[in-house]
Amino acid sequence: MDFLNAIVLLLNYLFVPALSYGSQLAMGAIFVSLIYGILRFAYFTAGDLMSFGTMFTILFTWYFQSLGINLGFLPTALLAIPFGIIITILYVLLKDKLVFSYYRTQKSPPVMLAMVSIGTMFVTQAIVRIVIGPFDRRFFDGEKFILKANEFKEMTGLNEGLTIKSTQAITLVVTVIVVSILFWFLNKTKTGKSMRAYSDNEDLALLSGIDPKKVVMITWIIAAILATIGGALYGLDKSFKPFTYFNNMLPIFAAAIVGGIGNPFGAFLGGYVIAFSEILLTYAYKKFFVYLLPENLEPDGLLQLLSTDYKFAVSFSILVIVLLFRPSGIFKGKVL
Amino acid sequence: MRKNLDVISAYSIMIGLIILVGFLQSWSMALSILCLCLISAVMTMGANIQWGYAGLINFGIMGYTALGGLAAVLVSVPPVQEAWQAGGFNMILCAFLIAFMVFSIRFILKKYSKSKNRNYGIGAIIIVGLILLRLISAPAIESIEAVDPATTGFLGGMGLPILFSWIVGAFFAGALAYIIGKIALGLRADYLAIATLLISEIVISVIKHEDWLARGVKNVIGLKRPVPYEVDLQSKQWFINLVEKFNQSTLNLITNTLERQEALKQLVIESSTVFVKLCFAGLFTVVVIILLIITQKALYSPWGRMMRAIRDNEEAANAMGKNVVKQHLLIFVLGSAIVGIAGAMMVTYDGLFTPGSYRPMRYTFLIWVMVIVGGSGNNFGAILGGFAVWFLWVEAAPIALFMINFFTSGLEETNAFRIHLVNSIPYFRFLMMGIGLLLIMRYRPKGILPEKIKRI
Repeated sequence: MDFLNAIVLLLNYLFVPALSYGSQLAMGAIFVSLIYGILRFAYFTAGDLMSFGTMFTILFTWYFQSLGINLGFLPTALLAIPFGIIITILYVLLKDKLVFSYYRTQKSPPVMLAMVSIGTMFVTQAIVRIVIGPFDRRFFDGEKFILKANEFKEMTGLNEGLTIKSTQAITLVVTVIVVSILFWFLNKTKTGKSMRAYSDNEDLALLSGIDPKKVVMITWIIAAILATIGGALYGLDKSFKPFTYFNNMLPIFAAAIVGGIGNPFGAFLGGYVIAFSEILLTYAYKKFFVYLLPENLEPDGLLQLLSTDYKFAVSFSILVIVLLFRPSGIFKGKVL
Repeated sequence: MRKNLDVISAYSIMIGLIILVGFLQSWSMALSILCLCLISAVMTMGANIQWGYAGLINFGIMGYTALGGLAAVLVSVPPVQEAWQAGGFNMILCAFLIAFMVFSIRFILKKYSKSKNRNYGIGAIIIVGLILLRLISAPAIESIEAVDPATTGFLGGMGLPILFSWIVGAFFAGALAYIIGKIALGLRADYLAIATLLISEIVISVIKHEDWLARGVKNVIGLKRPVPYEVDLQSKQWFINLVEKFNQSTLNLITNTLERQEALKQLVIESSTVFVKLCFAGLFTVVVIILLIITQKALYSPWGRMMRAIRDNEEAANAMGKNVVKQHLLIFVLGSAIVGIAGAMMVTYDGLFTPGSYRPMRYTFLIWVMVIVGGSGNNFGAILGGFAVWFLWVEAAPIALFMINFFTSGLEETNAFRIHLVNSIPYFRFLMMGIGLLLIMRYRPKGILPEKIKRI
């Protein structure tokens, strides 16, 4: 029984939160990785593009709420996400047309494009803050929990409860759907294959008649879709604050690099690597060992490897370690 | 003279703008803009050395700035005796332990050839070392932080004049840059940018959360100044006389003695803040000029030519027998050290150290905007960039207010859209920075004052 309690404890405080956080990171990491692979620059607007998409999702959510439309026990935001995606797609395509396409035709070095993406980062951040303000906003409605701690305790008779928030479940389901569609698209369809070919070897891809304009456009569209969905899920799960989104850029980059930048599948797994290590290293294991060990061996301290303040630092340290020993990332991305 | 015309005119416009602020808003405001412009100029010079001379991207500026600030605290605050008694011994022990770990790992790396056993050995040293560190430091940290937590709760510093910290800050930042350079300099450009950005975040989170070091987010306030305090000035006779002399004409208009006394008092209070800021500005100008002379000398020396050769064609420079890795590391350390000086200067100017305020937007990306806008590879350009961008950053709010009022003048005062825009004025500075950066990168990619290479 104690053993089961210990397992449920870990599931509740470690596994479920890490899984949903990891999925949200993975969404971001995949599109950063794709942009790196195909457009060949570090896209510093990543976090702010996510906040841009989330902002429009929130605005549409409010609009639907004012009309009285809702999805019952599901959050209204799910209905608003497609509209948010459309606006974000228009925004990135406009940005590409006005800003990035010039540097592509000039064949500028990647550093130049990265700098330009810092410029668009400033602009995007300004737009978000001017339109919706810098405040913390919650836009979740509908049923909050799928499984409450008390219900779980009654059901199983264990001491420890297991809580599953509906946002966590939604995050998982949506991630599975989106990511499988994405990988099906990249691996099976003609456009997806041409994108991978373009990423592997640009000159050869151009010789075999792949239209670079189309590849670039599809990349931006995928980026906008992933950014909006990932951002909206993160906002549903926690809350929407532009500054947090900007900061999320850092673990997203860490995930993309750890997974091997330019390799979307690696980035997907990288998101989970970062999320799990962040939570595993900052969790206090005292209660877990109280359940497992006999009473006379019970630990005194919290058994926390690192204080929770260092959450971000953990993911960056992993990045440094990966850089030292496997510069191309765990799953072999581009060699840099 | 003619060939420097662009530099002279650009700087005259800049100084003119600051003087205009003095007339339109207030002299105190104009001088604080000037002081922060000078600090920004030091930072951009550091970044410019790395980016303009050697083509290295360093997005870790925030980390070095914070380390410089930490140096200011550690140098100027008097030591907290009780805290040292409570946990000083253990902390020194920890420092020795870290040093021992580093040296033993270096020893193993040198002595044994690459093998699995060597890796296990290093891993064991690190793990055992970390556990020991934790065991030794945990009780010490607890007792240090328990010493009067409302005011101290940290080890304190050395109690030296704060000006020393400008040099110490440079050493701190340089040391960090050495470590980062060893880890990350082999990476490709944009990869290096991300790595340095993330490492600087680690530095900030350590400073934020290790309360025994510099109180963490509880902030250290009331740092000693290298210049006189306003309150002291206001009671000094020579200062009052000086103010009286300067404002003779306005004071003579007032005939009533009592009113005259009042007016003088008001003037003295106002001038004292201006005087303090003038002192700061003078100190900062000295630093900027010294750095400018050194960097200009370096740029046109054989060493500077070698750096440009390395930047423009690494392989060719390598083939000529130049040690690219070593030079990259050297310039990385030098540039970061300059940024460290700026960090210490900034904390000196503010008189307080607030780790929570170090954010990448303000301390990394804004500095990069300055470097790009000003002109990379040209020291005068970098300084100008620091001035222009900081000026715009501060004055963005009034400009935005003016623009909004101008464009929405057709709408009523109570119009919801207009009120919303007026409320979000502070964020227009991001918009201006972004658009400014994009325009410069598009139409003048080498910056306002582009790099000039003397042909010999």
